[in-house]
Amino acid sequence: MNLKTFLAMLARDAHVARRNIIPLLLQTFLQPLMFVFIFGRVMVGSGYMPPAYKSLLLPGIMALSMVGTGIWAVAMPLIGEFQFTREIEDRLLAPMDISWLAIEKVVAGTLQALAAGLMVIPCAWLLLRPGVDLNLRAPFLFAGIALLVALFSAVGGLALGCSVEQTHIGLMFSLVVAPMIFFGCTYYPWSALNNFPIMQKLVLVNPLVYASEGLRGALVPQYPHLPLIAVLAGLVFFDVLLLSVGLRQFHKKAVS
Amino acid sequence: MLAGIRTKDLRKVYNSPPPLAAGAGGFSFAAARGKGKQPKPQIVALDGISLDVTPGEIFCLLGPNGAGKSTTVGILTTRVRPTGGQAWIGEHDVWKEQVPVKRLIGVVAQRPNLDFSLTAREILTFHGAYFGLDSHERAKRALALLDRFKLLDRADQIVRGFSGGMMQRLSIARAMMHDPQVLFLDEPSSGLDPQTRLLLWEIVREYNQSGKTILLTTHNMEEADALCQRLAIVDHGRVIAQGTPRELKASVPGGYLLRLRFGHQSPELLQRLQALAGVREVRATDGNGADLYADRGGSLVGEIANLALSSSVELCDVHISEPSLENLFLHHTGRSLRE
Repeated sequence: MNLKTFLAMLARDAHVARRNIIPLLLQTFLQPLMFVFIFGRVMVGSGYMPPAYKSLLLPGIMALSMVGTGIWAVAMPLIGEFQFTREIEDRLLAPMDISWLAIEKVVAGTLQALAAGLMVIPCAWLLLRPGVDLNLRAPFLFAGIALLVALFSAVGGLALGCSVEQTHIGLMFSLVVAPMIFFGCTYYPWSALNNFPIMQKLVLVNPLVYASEGLRGALVPQYPHLPLIAVLAGLVFFDVLLLSVGLRQFHKKAVS
Repeated sequence: MLAGIRTKDLRKVYNSPPPLAAGAGGFSFAAARGKGKQPKPQIVALDGISLDVTPGEIFCLLGPNGAGKSTTVGILTTRVRPTGGQAWIGEHDVWKEQVPVKRLIGVVAQRPNLDFSLTAREILTFHGAYFGLDSHERAKRALALLDRFKLLDRADQIVRGFSGGMMQRLSIARAMMHDPQVLFLDEPSSGLDPQTRLLLWEIVREYNQSGKTILLTTHNMEEADALCQRLAIVDHGRVIAQGTPRELKASVPGGYLLRLRFGHQSPELLQRLQALAGVREVRATDGNGADLYADRGGSLVGEIANLALSSSVELCDVHISEPSLENLFLHHTGRSLRE
């Protein structure tokens, strides 16, 4: 690897992100915070939801924001740059193995997802308080899970961004991202599916389940969540799988 | 270090339509033998291209659209994987040593592939950064290139709003930013106005004088003739002829080409044409026409008109071209480059 080239590309992505900071922030925070406000504040405040729901919701919203940000940050530029304008060509021709360009995109996406996740916590906490019962007993475990979740979002973005054509972006969101969110245990814990045993097993193929449940286990361990070992195994498995799929697809797109 | 370009028997077969950037397309279809599968149409873009470009020369690939020029450039610049054959830049095998190759080359693609999220200046400075230039050097070179390509007044604007010609100029400036030993220009002057084309030619010659190798593709004969020290004429993925413009033009029988069209045409007429003094070769063409290769041009027209009159055949059209690369292409393929 050529570190200078790698860092220059990272600097380029940071530069572009800084330039688009306002739309980026709106896109990252608006939807999760509206959700937090309606379900955590309005529904709980009016008595339709129990107060405990606030604490269950926050880790799910954090997972959702991270995964949404990471996928968007990696997939959307890739889809655009691989289109017929081939904007990415300049970087493909830089003196570095092209796999490292894909990895650079993953690193940039991971950092953005981490930033989004860490910023959602204080924002949501401010919106929800009082009554959020965060219980951060193992900060390193939390950091590890957050990192794996951020990585999952970025490699997911890589795999999707290199597999989907620009004309199919809408379809990608309605067929892949939306079901992943609804069946991803973001708005409810996995144990809430006890009454739907088949679905409860089926949703385990959804990586977002491990992300939400993992953050739940790290932030509000007093509530039911998947065993941490299952969470870690699931996240590592999907990180590795999606990274290898993403790299393969990236090579296919980059070299004809 | 001077670097040349060599290819040996390059082949490229696309299993699906080639990407737009590779420009190749639409000729030889052959069925693939899949085991029990529906045969896929295959498109042969390159059918054994061997080139040898000497370090420090301006070499041109001349051919019509879809001849395989861009695919050749794609393979030489690590963007297209060859189906067979080998390619070298300097001493480096393009497919085995991609990173050293990428250090040696600068590439201007057929269509502007600029980074639309950046300003013109940033495109140059980030490009410099990818190649490890320090920030002082990047800023200095970017400024010099923006000035040379007359882009200074728009330097700090996002390039999305640039005109086609400005994007093309910026693409070329970017390719020169890291001072590559070998510069690839794929149809560099398409879409440029005549004035900018002359500026481009001047810059290409100047860059070449500093010892750099330049490979340029074009379907414009005047450009090939004016700019290149040597050239290869490509058609259907093959090299038809290779040499200096002068050698190639001299290789056409007689040099002059007279394209004639008659009211009707007969073998006797062709034979009588062949017998005229100075006529080297006569070929029948579609639609009652004849291509006449001869060592003189205008002075033959009177004789041809007389001959037509005495054979009771109407002479409808005469087109004379002086010795040119176009004549060479016609002679080899029966088609005009302009068609």
